[in-house]
Amino acid sequence: MSGHDHAVHETVTGIDNRKFGMWILIASECFLFGTLIANYLINKARGLVGPTPQQIYDIDITTLSTFDLLMSSVAMVLALHGCQTRDIKKFRLWTGVVVLGGLIFLGFQYYEFSHFVHSGLGLTTNIFGSSFYLLTGCHGAHVFFGVLWLGSILITSYAKGEDWFPSMPLEVAGLYWHFVDVVWIIIFTVVYLFVFV
Amino acid sequence: MAKNLPKTGIVSWLTTVDHKRIGIMYGVTALFFLLFGGAEAIFMRTQLAIPNNSFLDAGTFNGLVTLHGTTMIFLFVMPLSAGFFNYLTPLMIGAPDVAFPRMNALSYWIFLFGGLLLNFSFVVGLLPDGGWFNYANLTGPKYSPTHAIDFWVLGVQVVGLASLIAAINFFVTIMNMRCKGMTLLKMPIFIWTTLVTQVLLILALPVITVALMMMTFDRSFGTGFFDPGAGGQVIMWQHLFWIFGHPEVYILILPAMGIVSEILPTFSRKPLFGYSVMVYSSCAIGFLGFAVWAHHMFTTGLGPWAQALFSAATMLIAVPTGVKIFNWVSTLWGGHIRFTTPMLFALSFIAMFTLGGLSGIMHSSPPIDYQHQDTYFVVAHFHYVLYGGAVMALFGGIFYWFPKVTGRFMDETMGKLQFWLYMIGFNLTFFPMHFLGLQGMPRRIFTYASDQGWNLWNLMSSAGAYITAAGGVLFFINIFYSIKFGKKAPHDCWDGRTLEWTLSSPPPEYNFAVDPEVKALDDWWLRKWDKQGKRLHPDVQPEVDPSTKHLPNPSFWPMVLALGILLLACGPFFDAKGIALSVVGVVVMLIATYGWSFEEA
Repeated sequence: MSGHDHAVHETVTGIDNRKFGMWILIASECFLFGTLIANYLINKARGLVGPTPQQIYDIDITTLSTFDLLMSSVAMVLALHGCQTRDIKKFRLWTGVVVLGGLIFLGFQYYEFSHFVHSGLGLTTNIFGSSFYLLTGCHGAHVFFGVLWLGSILITSYAKGEDWFPSMPLEVAGLYWHFVDVVWIIIFTVVYLFVFV
Repeated sequence: MAKNLPKTGIVSWLTTVDHKRIGIMYGVTALFFLLFGGAEAIFMRTQLAIPNNSFLDAGTFNGLVTLHGTTMIFLFVMPLSAGFFNYLTPLMIGAPDVAFPRMNALSYWIFLFGGLLLNFSFVVGLLPDGGWFNYANLTGPKYSPTHAIDFWVLGVQVVGLASLIAAINFFVTIMNMRCKGMTLLKMPIFIWTTLVTQVLLILALPVITVALMMMTFDRSFGTGFFDPGAGGQVIMWQHLFWIFGHPEVYILILPAMGIVSEILPTFSRKPLFGYSVMVYSSCAIGFLGFAVWAHHMFTTGLGPWAQALFSAATMLIAVPTGVKIFNWVSTLWGGHIRFTTPMLFALSFIAMFTLGGLSGIMHSSPPIDYQHQDTYFVVAHFHYVLYGGAVMALFGGIFYWFPKVTGRFMDETMGKLQFWLYMIGFNLTFFPMHFLGLQGMPRRIFTYASDQGWNLWNLMSSAGAYITAAGGVLFFINIFYSIKFGKKAPHDCWDGRTLEWTLSSPPPEYNFAVDPEVKALDDWWLRKWDKQGKRLHPDVQPEVDPSTKHLPNPSFWPMVLALGILLLACGPFFDAKGIALSVVGVVVMLIATYGWSFEEA
């Protein structure tokens, strides 16, 4: 995960070690989120007291935040393209948009969580709430880490000047970002949409 | 900063990113924790030697049972296997190092700190006492209100993180860094079992991570995932634990199978029988390993369909395992067998593992399992597979590769004496447990009445434990003796078959002076013989000035980052005030990550 490029060693598969490592981490993360989602599905109707999913979800707000996160993935693609074509303006602009998109998503999540707590669903209110916060909180932590990572690349870009194009580190971070996005699409479908089926 | 770190002395070990040194550190630390796990076993067997004994009280006994299992699995067998992965993987595939040398050091430090965190429970006198599987809701805040269980939950969480990072590292190393000509089906069999083990770790560890997270939330933040009073289910823990826990069994045994599959051909002077079938069997075991977890839970009342399916899957897994056993026996058939110490351990693996496997198939039938559940029969079964199997193979591996690592052979006389002490002690300890179990003696009881008919078997079992302990002491004496006075080992000291034997003993820091190239499986062996069966003397790897080779720079950051993770994990021990400690841990992690990113690798 070094922030600068080395001469890329020949690898057997032709895939850079860092990129390969990220793919394997993603495989592991699939099982992490798979377990969290399964746990949510099992427990969403088992709350003994308090709000149920139907009573508390606000689909409009969540649709908006989902749209925001999806668009940040588009920005991620453009940022990487800017980096690979050595277009410093494009690289910086769109990396900044990704970071901004991530921050907006976290803002939505903060608003959602505080709104839920205000409406009487805390972490320990019932097991539906516990499972919901564990799942979406874990995803939020992943978004936060991605924001930190891409933000660090952006700041480093200003520190290192106009000739620094970290294609491979950015591609690895991009893989991570897209994965976190895909997980959110599944969470949005399974957690927020299935309620209304 | 990194470039000026010394090459020798204590600082060089703290900052090393050399896979060989990290492998040695893993091995030494695992053997250190073996002393803990072994002492715990001896204390328990002393207590159980006679009925109505009062050597230990019930609470201490529960703590020792828990820590013995947890230590032996997470802090002895797994890290000892990791030591072999570390030391051997790059050498066997002809690579200069692993794919991510600093992440490799990070894994080690996280593992060490996690192990120390778990065993810190001894210092404060709060032994976790929920068994190695820590079943809810016994371990929830209601029935375990002290911090004792937290040592287990957070210790295992930290150690698991170390394994995950290492698994990603080894998977990428094996897939990406093999030398020229080494296609997947020309890899040494140990590399194959290593690869399958990493897949199991990568996919099974996140499940226990979530389970441990839920347990931490239940215990520290007041949720009720495993509390029926809050709508939760205790059986959730069992499912999540065993979805991890059963692949874990194969995580323990597959590296041992790989080691045995390397030792047997060398000392039979024959190729491994059915190499490709061994590869497919390893993959099949890994795959089926994910589909059998509920056989640990037959008595929870899963219903006939689930029981039938998990029972059938469990029986199915015996097929690839059986194939392996026949292949090992066929490897021996007609060979020029040399009964060296590593060979004796490998042979005993086949016999003991077969016995343990047979009692395992018995459990796959639910009606029989109902009778065996939580009796000493189960204790006998898994000690035959994990101790008679995995541990004996790992000892064989130590004797086999010790000359490569240190440049000196281990003493054969002491080694053979240790082997027989182990063999006799082990069987004396665990074979009677089959009878005890069938007579109904339950696991995890700290004492028993004298009129149950269990006295003789328990006494025999305890006697066996002392014999094994004598073997263990001899092993440590042998190591210290052989490091100083052992017979000097040449490059190819056992007449081996794989690339590590083309290197000097111990290998140079840079591994291979000339990039190796292989043309076949067992390439080194085939290069030693011409078509007419005449012995040739092919060139071993030359040695060059190390300064001409580019090596990754040593670094302090892996240790600092691991320290941050330890601080984060220590937070929950201080209740509300602990959040400050956890935040400090996160800050340390961030500083270390940035330091790591900006230093020259």
